[in-house]
Amino acid sequence: MKPDPHNKGMSVIVKTVARWLKGLILLYGIYLVLYGHMTPGGGFAGGVVIACAFVLMTLAAGEDQGLSFFPKAVSSTVDSIGLLVFLAVAWVGTWWASGAFFKNVIDTPQQSYFSLFSGGTIPISNIGLGLKVGSSLFLVFTVLAAFRLIKNIDSKDEDTK
Amino acid sequence: MIEILTALILLSIIAAIVALETDDLLHAVIALGAVGFLLAIAFVFLAAPDIAIVQIGVEVISLVILVRATSGRNDAPANPRRRHLGKVIAVTLVGVIGLFGVRSFTQFPEFGSPVMDRFADAPSVTYLLEGLFQTGAPNIVTAVLLDFRAYDTLGEATVLFCAVLGALAILRRKARVSNDKEEDGIK
Repeated sequence: MKPDPHNKGMSVIVKTVARWLKGLILLYGIYLVLYGHMTPGGGFAGGVVIACAFVLMTLAAGEDQGLSFFPKAVSSTVDSIGLLVFLAVAWVGTWWASGAFFKNVIDTPQQSYFSLFSGGTIPISNIGLGLKVGSSLFLVFTVLAAFRLIKNIDSKDEDTK
Repeated sequence: MIEILTALILLSIIAAIVALETDDLLHAVIALGAVGFLLAIAFVFLAAPDIAIVQIGVEVISLVILVRATSGRNDAPANPRRRHLGKVIAVTLVGVIGLFGVRSFTQFPEFGSPVMDRFADAPSVTYLLEGLFQTGAPNIVTAVLLDFRAYDTLGEATVLFCAVLGALAILRRKARVSNDKEEDGIK
C-alpha cells in the first residue's frame, strides 16, 4: 500500500505558505460578513470563505491539527448558534410591535447610511448566517474527507503491524 | 459582451462533455471544476459579483471534497454497454424537455432588458427605489436576501442545516465503529 501523503499534512513549504495565508483568508471572510450590507458579499459568501480558510489549514497541516483547532463538537455548536441567531432576528420581528416575520425592527437614521452600523437587523442576520455557513461547510468537509482518512489510518496501522 | 458570454458558455460545454466522456474520475472532477469557474467568470461579466464570490468559494470547497473523495480510488468506469431502450427513452425525454425549453425561452424578454423595463409596477422597481430607505442597506442584493425575501434565506439555511445533520447521522456510525476498533486495538 502506498503511503497516504495527507496523514501528517503536506511539505514544509505548503505548511508555511498556508500559515501565512490563513489569516488573510479569514480576514477577507470576516470582512465579507461584516460589510455584507454595503459591498458585494454577505453572510453566505463570507461563511464560505471562512470555511475555505479552515479547509486549507486542515489540508496543509493534517487532519489531527486541523480538527484540534476547530473540533467537531465546537463547529456543530457554532452551526446551531448561527441558525438560532437568524431565527431570533425573525422572531423579534414578529414579537416586537406586532410586526411581520423578519420585520426590520431597528430603524436606520438618515445620517448613518453607508456606515458600518446601518441596515437595522441585516448585519446581525449576516453574522448569524456567516457563522452557520462557515461551520457547516467545514463540517461537511470533515465528514466527507477526514473520516475516510481515519479509516485509512486504521488500515495502514494494521498493514504495518 | 455577448461574444465573451458565448465563448464562456462554449468552453463550459466542452468541459462538461470532457467530464462526461473521460474514463478517469479525477479528470472528470477537474473538468467539473472548470465548468464552475467558467460560470463564476460569466457572473463577473454579468455584473453580479455577489454570486461570483459565492460560486468561487463553493466551487473550491466542493472541488476539494470531490478530489479527496476520488483520489486514490481506481473505480472502473460505469457499464460501457448501454441498452438501446434506455438510449431511446433518454433521447426522447431530453427532446421533450428541450421543446419546453425552447418554448419558454422564446417568451423571455430580450437580453439586457429586465422585467422592470416592461412593467412599471414590478417589485424590482420598488426594491431599487425604496430599498435603501426601507432597510438602510446600500447593497440591494443583501437587502433583498435578508430583509425583503428573508423567508427564502431561512429556507436555504434550513436546507444546509438538514444536509449537515444527514451527513453526520449517516457517516458518523462508521467513524465510531473504526474508533472503537482503534481503542480495542490499543487495549
